[in-house]
Amino acid sequence: MSGSVIINNIGKLYGTKKMPVTALKDISFEVEKGELFGIIGPDGAGKTSLFRILTTLLLPDSGNASVDGFDVVKDYKAIRNRVGYMPGRFSLYQDLTVAENMDFFATIFNTTIKENYDLVKDIYSQIEPFKDRKAGKLSGGMKQKLALSCALIHRPSVLFLDEPTTGVDAVSRKEFWEMLRHLKNQGITILVSTPYMDEASICDKVALIQTGSILSINTPGAIVNEFGKTLVAVKADKMLQLLKDLKELDSVEDAYPFGEYHHAVMKKGAGEDSIKKSVEVETHPGLQIKTITPNIEDCFMALMKN
Amino acid sequence: MVTEKIISVTQLTKRFGDFIAVDAISFEVTKGEIFGFLGANGAGKTTAMRMLCGLSLPTSGKASVAGFDVFTQPGHIKKNIGYMSQKFSLYEDLTIKENIRFYAGIYGKSDQFIKDKTATLLQQLHLENEANKLVGSLPLGWKQKLAFSVAIFHEPQIVFLDEPTGGVDPVTRREFWNLIYQAAESGITIFVTTHYMDEAEYCNRVSIMVDGRIDALDTPSQLKKTYSVESMDEVFLKLARKAVRAGD
Repeated sequence: MSGSVIINNIGKLYGTKKMPVTALKDISFEVEKGELFGIIGPDGAGKTSLFRILTTLLLPDSGNASVDGFDVVKDYKAIRNRVGYMPGRFSLYQDLTVAENMDFFATIFNTTIKENYDLVKDIYSQIEPFKDRKAGKLSGGMKQKLALSCALIHRPSVLFLDEPTTGVDAVSRKEFWEMLRHLKNQGITILVSTPYMDEASICDKVALIQTGSILSINTPGAIVNEFGKTLVAVKADKMLQLLKDLKELDSVEDAYPFGEYHHAVMKKGAGEDSIKKSVEVETHPGLQIKTITPNIEDCFMALMKN
Repeated sequence: MVTEKIISVTQLTKRFGDFIAVDAISFEVTKGEIFGFLGANGAGKTTAMRMLCGLSLPTSGKASVAGFDVFTQPGHIKKNIGYMSQKFSLYEDLTIKENIRFYAGIYGKSDQFIKDKTATLLQQLHLENEANKLVGSLPLGWKQKLAFSVAIFHEPQIVFLDEPTGGVDPVTRREFWNLIYQAAESGITIFVTTHYMDEAEYCNRVSIMVDGRIDALDTPSQLKKTYSVESMDEVFLKLARKAVRAGD
C-alpha cells in the first residue's frame, strides 16, 4: 500500500538570518492511506508549521513532501482540492450562520451539502437544529463540530486537524475522538495533532515531536515496548518526601510525580524489589509499590531526556 | 491549629439575563491550600473565578477573598491576589527584568524590594543570564514559569491560576507544579483550574463544577472512594457526563 502522505527531510526556519529559529529539523515519515495518525508534542514543537507545509500554506526551506501523490510545492492546487484542514484557531465566518458557512465551503469546492451529506451526517446533524444561528454565537463544542463538518464537506481524501482538542474538557475530548474513529472507518486518512499525551493510544500510529525534531514514530504499543526499562509506581502519605527519597536511590534513574503516584524509572536490571529494600513503611506510612506498564507520557519524557 | 479561611463563598450566583452561569455555589478554601477548581467547558468556572478576583459583580450571595468582600471591596481584593491567565500575558517586547519591574511597580512595591527580590527570583529560575533578554524569545516552558513567578512576585495571599500548564511539555509541566508546591509551602494559597486530570491529584482538595453548580468537593482520594473509581479522570467523567448545558 502506498503512503498517502510522504515527508522527506522537511526543514523550516523562522526569524532572521542572524538569529534563525528552527521550527522543523529534518522531518521524515509516511502516513498510510486510511490511517489515523497522531502528531503529539507540546506547544512550539513544530506541529502547526508541519501542517501548514502539508496543506500548501507554507513553503518548506528544505526537503520535500507529497500528499496523495501530489507535491506540496509544485502541485499545490491539486492538494488544496483534496485535503480538508481544520486550523487550531476557529476560522469560519462568525457572522455567517451555520448553514451559510456549510454552503460557502461546499460551493468553494464545487459541491453541495446534499451531495456529501452522508459523510458529515453524524456530526452535522448534531448542530443542524441551530443551522440559522450565527457561527460566532455557538458554544465551543458546537463550533468545533461545525468546523469539522466544513472541513469534510468536499469529501477530502486526507484530513488535517491541528489541535482540535486543545483547551477542551475531558468529556468533549473523548466524544471528538469517537467522531474521528468513525471517520477513519469511512476510509479518510486523518492527521491530527495534540499536546495531550493520553490521546496517543487512540491513534493507529503516532509521531512524538519536540522542538522541531521527531523523537519516535511507531504504533502506540510499539513505543511503549521500546521503553525498555522497568517502571514502578510508588505512593505514600507524604508524597513530597517520598519523591526526594526515590530520587536518591542508586537503582532509580529518574523519578517524577504522575497523578496519584510517583513514577520511578529503574536503572537497567533493577526492579521494584530494590525500592522495597530501601523505602520502608516505617518511614513512609501508606506505602504502596507496584510495577506498571509505561504510558506514552512516560515514553515522551524518557525520550526528551535522552 | 487554626485553619484560617482565605476564601468563603456562600450561595454565590451570577446571572446573565435568563442564564444562570453560576448557581448558588458555596465553599471555603483554607490558607496555604492547593485548591483545584475543575469543570467541563461552560460549567461556569471562569465566571466564578472572575467574581472571586473582583472583576465581575455577583448577582447574589456572599463571598470574601483574602478578608475582603467581593461586593464592596473589589479593589482591595485585586491588591491582595495574584492572577495568571491561560493566555500568556507578560509583555513579549520587554525583557524579563522589565516585565518584573513593570508588574511589581503596578502593585506598588518599593524599588529596593523589587531589586532584592528580582535577584533571588532570577537565581531560583536559573535565568540570571537571560535577565536582559526579551520575553518573546524565551521557550514556552520558561514563559509559563516566569509568568507564575511574576504573578506571585508581590507576595499575594492567594494566586489564581487559569489553566497554567495547557500545551506545556510533560517535563516542564512537572517543574511548574514544583513551583506551585514551593509557593504553597511559603504560605500562598493556590486556586488552580486544569484539564489535566493527573494534576487534580496534586491538589489538596478538588471541586468539580457541573452546569453552574459545585457537584463535588473533597480530597482526590475521598472523591475516588465516593464514586468508587480508580482515577480522578473517571470521577470527572462520571460527573461531567451529567451536564445538560453545552460547552462555551
